[in-house]
Amino acid sequence: MTRMPLERKVLTENDRLAADLRQGFLRHGTWCVNLISSPGSGKTALLERTLASFEPGRRVAVLTGDIQTDNDAQRLARYGFPVRQITTGGACHLDARMVTSALHEWPPDSLDLLLIENVGNLVCPTSYDLGEEARVVLLSVTEGEDKPLKYPATFNRADLVVLNKIDLLPYVPFRIELAREYIRRVQPDAEIVEVSCTTGDGLDAWLHWIDTKAGVAARPA
Amino acid sequence: MHEMSIAASMLEAVRAESARYDAHVLAVGVKIGELSGVDSDSLRFCFDALVQDTDLAPLALEIELLPWRNRCRRCARDFTVQDYQTECPQCGSAETDLASGRELEFAYMEIENT
Repeated sequence: MTRMPLERKVLTENDRLAADLRQGFLRHGTWCVNLISSPGSGKTALLERTLASFEPGRRVAVLTGDIQTDNDAQRLARYGFPVRQITTGGACHLDARMVTSALHEWPPDSLDLLLIENVGNLVCPTSYDLGEEARVVLLSVTEGEDKPLKYPATFNRADLVVLNKIDLLPYVPFRIELAREYIRRVQPDAEIVEVSCTTGDGLDAWLHWIDTKAGVAARPA
Repeated sequence: MHEMSIAASMLEAVRAESARYDAHVLAVGVKIGELSGVDSDSLRFCFDALVQDTDLAPLALEIELLPWRNRCRRCARDFTVQDYQTECPQCGSAETDLASGRELEFAYMEIENT
């Protein structure tokens, strides 16, 4: 028996496709965000609010992943921007191959901003690079504030954490300062914004973050 | 349960290496970091399920778990993060960066001598 060293990543194929995507995004000036959260934290609601704030004609598109149904794509298509549903048919995460194939029909130089809504899952999407420039993790106040500690791998890769549903704070035992502390423990560099996609509170901070990062100006209120 | 697709990716690599050396692969060693998002028990279960009754069997999976380690920006101390305490145990600085723990990597393969 001979032991041969094999020093490479397990997800080499995904990483290769993700690197190709990233290179393409950079070349064409597309800024790509990967949104990750549990099911029901408000990814689609946040995207609805985001698209509603953009001027028509903005070079923005959305890919939305779900195991089944194109309900999210239907919700998001109302805002007049290109939306494509990726139905994974059972897979619990998006991978770089799915994104590559979903982008196939859009001219690569047609976008300034690509928003990717991952499958609702706080574990599996973590390991899969989609070629994004930024990773956003949503946590809603109807969940436990200790989610960052329970899913450190996911929160550790977050560039921004969106604390959503803050309009419900008076009705739930969620301690927002504790949530911030837990996020800082697993990822001290993550920015944090607090929003309510229902009332619109805090969305300016989120849109400002996108503006700053992607240079996509939101419509003034 | 993304461990199934990770196990499938591992077996693709094993097949490629097996063809390259024209030899049966007996074992594959992987390093899994605490922050990789992969559960090692679940990965082992999926791996064994995919290998069973195929030409790849017998094939052992040897997992080395790597802890979450951070490095201090101020004093450069490298330390294992326990109980989510990311502050530097040496100088107390809160500014520490991830040093390791996201690994999901192959380490080695053991092949049958021909």
